[in-house]
Amino acid sequence: MIVHAEGLRREFVLGRRRMLRRTPPGGRRRVAAVDGIDLRIDAGEAVGFLGPNGAGKSTTIKMLTGILVPTAGQLRVCGLDPVTQRRELARRIGVVFGQRSGLWWDLPLADSFALVRAIHRVPEAAYRARLDRCVDVLGLSEFLATPVRQLSLGQRMRGEITAALLHAPPLLVLDEPTVGLDLVSKERLRAFLREVNAQDGVTVLLTTHDLPDVERLCRRVVVIDRGRVVADSDLDALRTRFAGPRELVVDLVTPAPELDGLDGLPGVTGTAAEAGGLRRRFAFGPETSAASLVAEVARRAEIRDITVLEPSIEDVVRTFYGAPRPAG
Amino acid sequence: MYRPLLASRVRGQLAYPLSFGLDVLAQGIGQAIELVVILVLFGRVTSLGGFSADEVLLIYALAGISFGLADLVVGQLDELPRWIRTGELDVLMVRPLPVLAQLVTADLQLRRLGRVLVGVAVLAVVLTRAPIAWSPLTVVLLVVTPLVGAVIIGAIWVATCAVSFWVIEGRELANAFTYGSSLSTAYPLTVFAPWLRRLLTFVVPAAFVAYYPVLAILGRPDPLGLPAGVRYAAPLVAVAAVAVAALIWRAAVRHYQGAGS
Repeated sequence: MIVHAEGLRREFVLGRRRMLRRTPPGGRRRVAAVDGIDLRIDAGEAVGFLGPNGAGKSTTIKMLTGILVPTAGQLRVCGLDPVTQRRELARRIGVVFGQRSGLWWDLPLADSFALVRAIHRVPEAAYRARLDRCVDVLGLSEFLATPVRQLSLGQRMRGEITAALLHAPPLLVLDEPTVGLDLVSKERLRAFLREVNAQDGVTVLLTTHDLPDVERLCRRVVVIDRGRVVADSDLDALRTRFAGPRELVVDLVTPAPELDGLDGLPGVTGTAAEAGGLRRRFAFGPETSAASLVAEVARRAEIRDITVLEPSIEDVVRTFYGAPRPAG
Repeated sequence: MYRPLLASRVRGQLAYPLSFGLDVLAQGIGQAIELVVILVLFGRVTSLGGFSADEVLLIYALAGISFGLADLVVGQLDELPRWIRTGELDVLMVRPLPVLAQLVTADLQLRRLGRVLVGVAVLAVVLTRAPIAWSPLTVVLLVVTPLVGAVIIGAIWVATCAVSFWVIEGRELANAFTYGSSLSTAYPLTVFAPWLRRLLTFVVPAAFVAYYPVLAILGRPDPLGLPAGVRYAAPLVAVAAVAVAALIWRAAVRHYQGAGS
């Protein structure tokens, strides 16, 4: 078992020290960001860790990687205690933070990789082989000589993931790796991570706000909210049970009254016109693919642009609860 | 493995020789200001706390070299609040290296050698004038003292900078110790109030950086009556200071709260 957590808990002291947004009126107070999480992840799994902002995802990840010390609970990662064996654990995990960089800002990407190699004492041949593969699959060659600070976000993230894999860790932990990336970059990263998981057997644990990340990568989903696991299941089961409808937004060249009815648009549960009929919205369920719906619409009207809106992970969590989150 | 990183930092600084030279000069002037203060003082008095000008300058020179060396090595800890506030420290914690070593090697500010150079220059002059009890042991002391002193100052800084883990903007407190240590190490202990003497000997062992070793170099007994062995105790004090600093640092890292997301 790669990750084994039982009753994992982490409290923060609020007030005075500006940890969270609001200072409570009554001075300092303890708040559990993670409030008793049980988690078992086997080698080779790909697990998506979902939850709204402040749910405790990042705090959990930080405990798993030895950054934060748990307040209570049992925790083993790769058979090690992340607190007392932090450095040994670091040799066995690769960590990518979407919001921070593990690379050296002012060095060329290639030099950053060389430093990672030195830090992890990767043998030259193994380093070459791993790096060449990443350069090849992730298309790094054209900016290997560019200083990290000059890379685009998408280029940098490809570099971050390469750096995290150079020491061939059995566990790869990614905290919001696709945040801020454009669609093409996201897709490229997802495909690569899927390959790393499927072919190399690297266990992948990923937090995200982005449901397609999870859909493309993970077979298993753990939803946490307010510091607790509220769902831990197969992805498909979770989606069919909880996710709301997707939405297709179509911009038309001219208004098309023939789209007023839902006839012949299978799976569409609602439609609405905006901008004098130049924009149409269609809500559709999981039985219909976006492609077939676009084809149907295109037969009736000339399309200028399309967008598909996925239900957000907040929606999934809300549906799971069946009630809105209390304010604050 | 820290070498390629440090090499790249140093290359960057030397890329602009003029600006680097001015930086070194500025640091040297910073150190020399205290020299001026001492010289001005001795324009009015002939002894300070029972020590002549050359004797005080010997303390000043050794303390200055120690301070410069410590600043060169652990001066990067100035940046610790930024590492904590931005959460960049997370990145260091998922590498298989000690956090402190990574922080300290994140940069190497060669301009800090300016202080060391001024200290060495003053030392060279003072050695020809001060009433030194020359012996092989004195020579060893003169070589070892700046190094041991740097270790002591470095340990004090590490321990006080660790405060940042509890209070992110604890820099003022830390600075009181870091730059305070530059002041308190450069003068004979006898000029301070009795409570401060005890503090600088037994709590924050700044007096072992230069003052006690200089007593041995001058062949003088401790005017305050501590046993003669205390004058040679700096290496032991350094070991103890490092041990205490390591414990405090470890507790601090364990207390790390992370930053937001």
